[in-house]
Amino acid sequence: MLVLGQDEKAKYPFLADAGEYLKDKGFSLVQFGSDPVLKLSVEKALHRIKVAAAGEVYKSDLIDGQASKDYVLEREVFSFLLAIVLIKLTGMSTLIKRFALAEARRAENYLEKDLGNASNKSKIDLATRIIYDLFNIEIIKENDFFVIPVSDYLKHSVTFHEREWKLINRHVENGKVFLTPDKTVRLIRKELGNYISSKIINAPKPSMIPGLENIVDELILISKKLTPTYTIITGEYPPCIKHAIDVLEKGENLPHSGRFMLATFLLSRGQTVQQIAPLFKNAPDYNPRVTFYQLNHLAGTSGSATKYTCPSCEKLKTQDLCFITKECDNIINPLQFGKKRKQ
Amino acid sequence: MNETDIKFLEDSFKKYYFNHFDLISSPQRTPEREFGYQKFNSGMFRHISLKDDKELHLLFMQNIPSDVYCSNAYYSFPNSPMSEKDWKEADLIFDIDAKDLDLSCRKNHTISICNECNEVSKDVNQCEKCNSTKLEKKSLPCKNCIDASKIEVNKLSNVLIDDLGIDKENIYVYFSGNEGFHVYVFNSQFQKIGSKERSELVDYIMFRGVIPETFGMKKFKPNRSLFPDFNQKGWNGRFSKQVFGSKSKRSKIISELLDNGYSSFQKLLDNVSENIGVKIDPNVTMDIHRIFRLPGSINSKSGLTKILCTDLTKFDPYTDACFLNDDSVEVLANCPIEFKLKNKKFGPYINEKISLPTYAAVYLICKKLAIIA
Ligand code: SF4
Ligand SMILES: [Zn+2]
Ligand SMILES: [Zn+2]
Repeated sequence: MLVLGQDEKAKYPFLADAGEYLKDKGFSLVQFGSDPVLKLSVEKALHRIKVAAAGEVYKSDLIDGQASKDYVLEREVFSFLLAIVLIKLTGMSTLIKRFALAEARRAENYLEKDLGNASNKSKIDLATRIIYDLFNIEIIKENDFFVIPVSDYLKHSVTFHEREWKLINRHVENGKVFLTPDKTVRLIRKELGNYISSKIINAPKPSMIPGLENIVDELILISKKLTPTYTIITGEYPPCIKHAIDVLEKGENLPHSGRFMLATFLLSRGQTVQQIAPLFKNAPDYNPRVTFYQLNHLAGTSGSATKYTCPSCEKLKTQDLCFITKECDNIINPLQFGKKRKQ
Repeated sequence: MNETDIKFLEDSFKKYYFNHFDLISSPQRTPEREFGYQKFNSGMFRHISLKDDKELHLLFMQNIPSDVYCSNAYYSFPNSPMSEKDWKEADLIFDIDAKDLDLSCRKNHTISICNECNEVSKDVNQCEKCNSTKLEKKSLPCKNCIDASKIEVNKLSNVLIDDLGIDKENIYVYFSGNEGFHVYVFNSQFQKIGSKERSELVDYIMFRGVIPETFGMKKFKPNRSLFPDFNQKGWNGRFSKQVFGSKSKRSKIISELLDNGYSSFQKLLDNVSENIGVKIDPNVTMDIHRIFRLPGSINSKSGLTKILCTDLTKFDPYTDACFLNDDSVEVLANCPIEFKLKNKKFGPYINEKISLPTYAAVYLICKKLAIIA
């Protein structure tokens, strides 16, 4: 297993062994319920979860993965470990999902920076070792690129739908694929999220810590207010729409044309902007203000007179958004899906 | 096929197997493979497991199969039903077939057999005798077919070695026994990848699904410095050779490409794909549960042997894969085109009773162009 420095633990807190870490520092969980100084870490943990629940990425107090004071680093790790404890205490799976995703995004940023840090070999080594230890992918730096065996690349990239990720669109030489730091990290995004969520799921559920009851209640309330994305998926949707929802739920990037299709489809099916907006929460570039503006625009409720409608199957085919199955039954627009066609 | 013909083919095949077991390479890790075979006029027997060479030979002598197959996959339980076999890994296999190459020579050596009245004629769309459109096509591939297939095999080897990092020693090229080649790759990094991943490899090898950005063309603010050059490895280099032709023309052609824009570049890529992409059968490579003709066994579509080509350039299937004996036999032949086997010319025969060496008689009977007289 990796031996990590304090600053590395702060960047990649999911690598730290929670119990061990606390013991090392000489604390027990109960103390966090009462000790006023440690309570600062609890507040930070709460903040961390709230940010994740809102679909955003928590910005830590680290600057370039460094902090001037040791206790800042310590609090970074504490707040992560405590966040897991709090989430376990709420028992809400929506929170696990959101938190894991947000933390994966955060770690992704650091991994990308560490890999791209040409001047600091030890940082690159750490990042490549994390990727190797966690996902069993051997990455070797070659000039400005990271090379990985073609077979490893394929195992991860086949689930991506963008054509850019097809092997033919990569630089391949001698059985290796050449990737930039950001693509390297992007390749393992899903696994990183899975790793963090499985860590949370597998962590033992602690008993309630006296003093933290209110916080836990608050989190339960927050979680209940979140519209879990799947609740709006009712009725049978055509494959193209299912696929688009799938991509978003996985936190992958859906091209603009795909978002347009999805939004216009759902709007035509009578869903409201408020119902649809949360779907886009997981998108890597999610911005609530912009999303609402765009959705309102499409719905024709924001001044413009035009109401947009869902593109035809033919159009979607040219945009690589069609995933036709025999259930599509020769329809010409996804909106016709499932409705019997007149002969 | 009638009893007499079957009897004759079985006798000839049996003699070959009895004398040429040395040619039948029992595959590495035999006990982990699934075997299958067919007999003349009967269905397929699959899900067979064999311990070693001895059992393999026994299968041949006991059943006198028309065709024998072996999986590229390795299983824990090869003789269980597919869902319980426990797939472990599979060799990478490519199929290159002359019939998929759109060759202009094809129509010269394709024969139509009418399913209604058995009339045999050169390639037609409708029976000349009874006007039926139910025709069975038989091809007697020519040298051009074989040469064109060899070119594809060489293109494939280049991509496998240069791009995919496969050791030359692990690539085995076999003549399929009929119209093309099977290329096997052993012990590569790809042994354990599944069907989806293999289909990505296929697209890579066939140069399919390319986007303009990959070869330097951008939608916005394209930049000539991003275009590929001759000395680059992989598809960049091959693209350069195909599109620029020579070093002196490169700069001018890039200017043209930039002028023509993004969408015409995409069209260019699709055209280029026809030329530089390797023409393999995608379904074969993607299928990780398939059984393939066993090297050394006879292909009942021709009576020729599926055999390893050690020197592809010199390889001539009509001498090097033709192992049946010369004993002469009387047949009633109806073959409107000429063919060559073991350096001897035969035909054309128009409903003639003639005496032929066994290997030629088998060839015609397998193609349904003759019967034992
Ligand atoms: S055929 Fe139409 S409805 Fe079906 S997947 Fe394609 S675009 Fe969607
Ligand atoms: Zn006829
Ligand atoms: Zn030909």
